Amino acid sequence: MSAIQPPAETVWWKQPLDKVEGTWIGIALVWSLIMFFMMPFWHIYGKQNISSEAYKTTPQAYMAKTQAMVDKYTIRTETDAKLPVVRPPPGSDVYLLGRLWQWWPLLELEEGQTYRLHIGSMDWNHGFSLQPININTQVVPGYEMVLTITPDTVGEQTIICNEFCGIGHHNMLGKIYVTEAE
Amino acid sequence: MSNELYRTCPESGLQFHKPAERLMKAHAVVAVVILLLGGISALLVTLTRMPAVHLLPADRFYQLLTTHGVNMLIFWMISFEIAILYFCSSTLLKVRLATPKLAWVGFALMLAGIIINNLAVANGDASVMMTSYVPMPANPNFYLGLILFAVGALIGCFIFLATLVIAKDEKTYEGSIPLVTFGALTACIIAVFTIASGAIVLVPTWLWSLGYINHIDAAMYRVVWWALGHSSQQINVAAHVAVWYAIAAIVFGARPLSEKVSRTAFFLYIAFLQLASAHHLLVDPGLSAEWKIFNTSYAMYLAVLASMVHGLTVPGSIEVAQRAKGYTNGLFQWLRKAPWSNPIFSGMFISLVGFGFLGGISGVVMGTEQINIIIHNTIYVPGHFHATVVIGSTLAFMSLTYFLIPTLFRKQVAFPAIARLQPYFFGLGMSVFALAMMGAGTLGVERRHWDMAFTNAPLSFDYPASAYTMMGIMGAAGLVAIVGGAMYILVTVVSVFFGKPVESESSFGFETSRVMRAEPIVVPEGGHAAAGKWGFAAPGTFLLAIFFLITFVLYYAVNWKYLASVWPMS
Repeated sequence: MSAIQPPAETVWWKQPLDKVEGTWIGIALVWSLIMFFMMPFWHIYGKQNISSEAYKTTPQAYMAKTQAMVDKYTIRTETDAKLPVVRPPPGSDVYLLGRLWQWWPLLELEEGQTYRLHIGSMDWNHGFSLQPININTQVVPGYEMVLTITPDTVGEQTIICNEFCGIGHHNMLGKIYVTEAE
Repeated sequence: MSNELYRTCPESGLQFHKPAERLMKAHAVVAVVILLLGGISALLVTLTRMPAVHLLPADRFYQLLTTHGVNMLIFWMISFEIAILYFCSSTLLKVRLATPKLAWVGFALMLAGIIINNLAVANGDASVMMTSYVPMPANPNFYLGLILFAVGALIGCFIFLATLVIAKDEKTYEGSIPLVTFGALTACIIAVFTIASGAIVLVPTWLWSLGYINHIDAAMYRVVWWALGHSSQQINVAAHVAVWYAIAAIVFGARPLSEKVSRTAFFLYIAFLQLASAHHLLVDPGLSAEWKIFNTSYAMYLAVLASMVHGLTVPGSIEVAQRAKGYTNGLFQWLRKAPWSNPIFSGMFISLVGFGFLGGISGVVMGTEQINIIIHNTIYVPGHFHATVVIGSTLAFMSLTYFLIPTLFRKQVAFPAIARLQPYFFGLGMSVFALAMMGAGTLGVERRHWDMAFTNAPLSFDYPASAYTMMGIMGAAGLVAIVGGAMYILVTVVSVFFGKPVESESSFGFETSRVMRAEPIVVPEGGHAAAGKWGFAAPGTFLLAIFFLITFVLYYAVNWKYLASVWPMS
């Protein structure tokens, strides 16, 4: 009886397995378990883990914290729109906000130092995609994620929005400049 | 059975309940029309993302990408699947379909939903992508169309279940339901879960868009929406695996290696597959690592285990059937001598290999909690799901169509020469397309993005030249796949509406086993293993499976190494 007909033996669950199936199931199960335990293993021994530290917030509260940082640590401005470039001290809380259609402010960080990078949205969902290093997280309105990062490559990184956020989505860029350790 | 409500296909031996038959035809025809709409939008979207062409303006691009996503991932798939559910219950169990009139109500609701949703998107104020993440607003009819469609599909699911009850009650079969029907039952159970999740998230969202609810939490929306969005693709997985088994039976008269193993694998789908909605939330704020690890791995990869089992048992059952017919030389004579010019088989086999190697491996890799950091929302993601949903499900359904045209529609397959080539154009084009997307995504190219050159942005960024090359390859391969899709629609539409009636099995177009009246496979002396090697009934398949595993392990390891090169973070 083929697969589109009822099984020939009504007590099919007592049929013995063919060796090929039993062997493969064993191999596949071992591989599945290896892949499963790889994730907790990386939490303990790996260096790249996404933060589960997050807080509920509001656009007003988040804007206020970001503005305070910008007022305190802006070192220069860029482009005709005079976008602030902020250089917060190592170890501090750094605020980045996404809004239609801009990442604000631009950041300057020091190689090898650790920062608490807060990421939040003023309006809709956005996607934080740092290129070319290639780090991606979701930015959900009403929440701020705190990612503890240690930039270890010198140079310019671009933040691209990779969650569709309307007609200006493809123009939404930001920057993180990483300077050499002092 | 002399009852005029039934018709027995003289060639295949399949028995159709006429009211069910009309419903299957209606759902299949709507599905193919939707596929055409999705295909036209696919062409325009592809030509826009090809850097050298960049066809559409931004607003049209986002609008058509929404059209493409919703029609292909929801409307085409589920419309075709309702036809499959009716076939697997009424036809395979030789029983009347429960309440055909109510089934027509379901059909009408689905059709109304499709029209209402598409009109909303065409209106231009619902370009929110299939995901429609709040608080980005859409025309309320966008959600209303989806809700109506879901209610219609839910009616179809319950009619399928009721038909199983009738068959059991009226004893139209002995013992257990066929494996393929069991697979369809799996798809149905997942569909009910999916639609319930959809109702929980879309009904409030619809009320919100009308102004009756003033706030929907954006993070909660994502968690519940993905229980709809990802699970709906798991319906497809269960359905296309059932179709693989069905085609192995139709073309080769193959029987499952063991009913126990294949059914247990389907049961693992029911129990664990839906956890994978977490795949989309791995880099979301506010979810704990424990929650992510448990859910993204389907509780220790038990659903992946199930797919790896099907990936062995489907070709394994074909190998055993072929060996029993005398193709016993070496490890792969059974495969070389398979009917590669029969699109029912060739499409199914490309579907199986593409789903496993491209869709399966990439899905597990990017669904690994930490590796998702280097993949989330890049164009790698659509690369993955074009391999699962398009090569896996769509191509499997296309292959089945070449069997349904003569049996269900009683028409000869038109342009058999085109039909023979169709799975190769579609399957291979789509494979290269998906691989190029994964390549571009690995280089950081974003999905759902109109301009990878950022021409009008106040700041600038240049992707490496290799990323542009990948996107160019994606476009060229996508065009080949679209030609393959057009070939399918041409053959199907001409056959069904203008085709010559079937007179005998020789006018089917493609050789099939005589399905229900097939001679049982003769067990060789000493059991099936004697026709194989190393005590294995299907040694060639086992070797292919080991090759798959090696590919899997290597690719998995490469991605951990890549992850280790990005900035430390916690």
